[in-house]
Amino acid sequence: MSSSSWIPLWLHKLGSPPIFYRFAGVVRPWAMALAIITGAIALYGGLVLAPADYQQGDAYRIIFIHVPSAWMSMFIYGVMGIAAFIALVWRIKLAEVVAMESAPIGAAFTFITLVTGSLWGKPMWGTWWTWDARLTSELVLLFLYLGVIGLYHAFEDRRQGARAAAFLAIIGIINVPIVHFSVNWWNTLHQGSTISIFGHSKMSGAMLWPLLLMMLATKFYYIASLFRRVRTDLLSLESGKDWVRQIAQDEARS
Amino acid sequence: MTLQHFLSMGGYAAYVWPAYAVFFIVLIADAIAPRIRRRRVLRELRARIARQGVRQTRADSFSTTPSP
Repeated sequence: MSSSSWIPLWLHKLGSPPIFYRFAGVVRPWAMALAIITGAIALYGGLVLAPADYQQGDAYRIIFIHVPSAWMSMFIYGVMGIAAFIALVWRIKLAEVVAMESAPIGAAFTFITLVTGSLWGKPMWGTWWTWDARLTSELVLLFLYLGVIGLYHAFEDRRQGARAAAFLAIIGIINVPIVHFSVNWWNTLHQGSTISIFGHSKMSGAMLWPLLLMMLATKFYYIASLFRRVRTDLLSLESGKDWVRQIAQDEARS
Repeated sequence: MTLQHFLSMGGYAAYVWPAYAVFFIVLIADAIAPRIRRRRVLRELRARIARQGVRQTRADSFSTTPSP
């Protein structure tokens, strides 16, 4: 990385594995604590304080985990795609690790989205599954995540695997807008967007704040989970280096 | 609102609670997996360092034996 003098120095330093390892170690517990606190408040608001829906009764309460998970499934894919691009173009090891360690978290949120959607669809639509645009594109998103994870582990050389997987991650990013706009582009059983960042949301305040808070909680959770995974991956990738040996021996003593 | 009423979820308990259970089970599994992996990575590294240490001392003892 000799020609990257345009990158601010602090950012350049943060990209160094031992420094990012320490930085992530400081941030992670705070992110996790915030995730648990905001998540607990959001759940109380959503399950207890919010009134039942006039059409869907209490079944709509699945929204407080379904929509934040769906949002994270796309958001994490975006982060993974950007990190994969940086990893391929500038060969930055940390970007590679961020991309590869985002995949399992994204897959987890996509899986949750599909299962909670199915559990919501059964009482409301009378079916667990239908091959419509929204549901199918979300399933494709899960397969893309699994493909990235699989490709990463299919190579003997980890960094070669990461490059192949990063390539797939970048191609697959086309699917993200398809998931998002599918309810507008195609006639579908899935309801349209409830929340709009610009303009009015079709939801009362008592229902809206727990949903927005849960979206915040899942963001904090992603940071916490990603940082733990990145730390572990850095230890594994840099296991020949002195700073990792030091950590291994320090933790044996404690 | 009674606890009974809360748990029944207006008759949708069979859908709402499993959805929440899946959410928590999957995320807890996601949080625990790297913790287990981290322990394994460090344990393997310590084993490697120990093996290298043994090899080093053996090499040292060979080099100190006088040649015939």
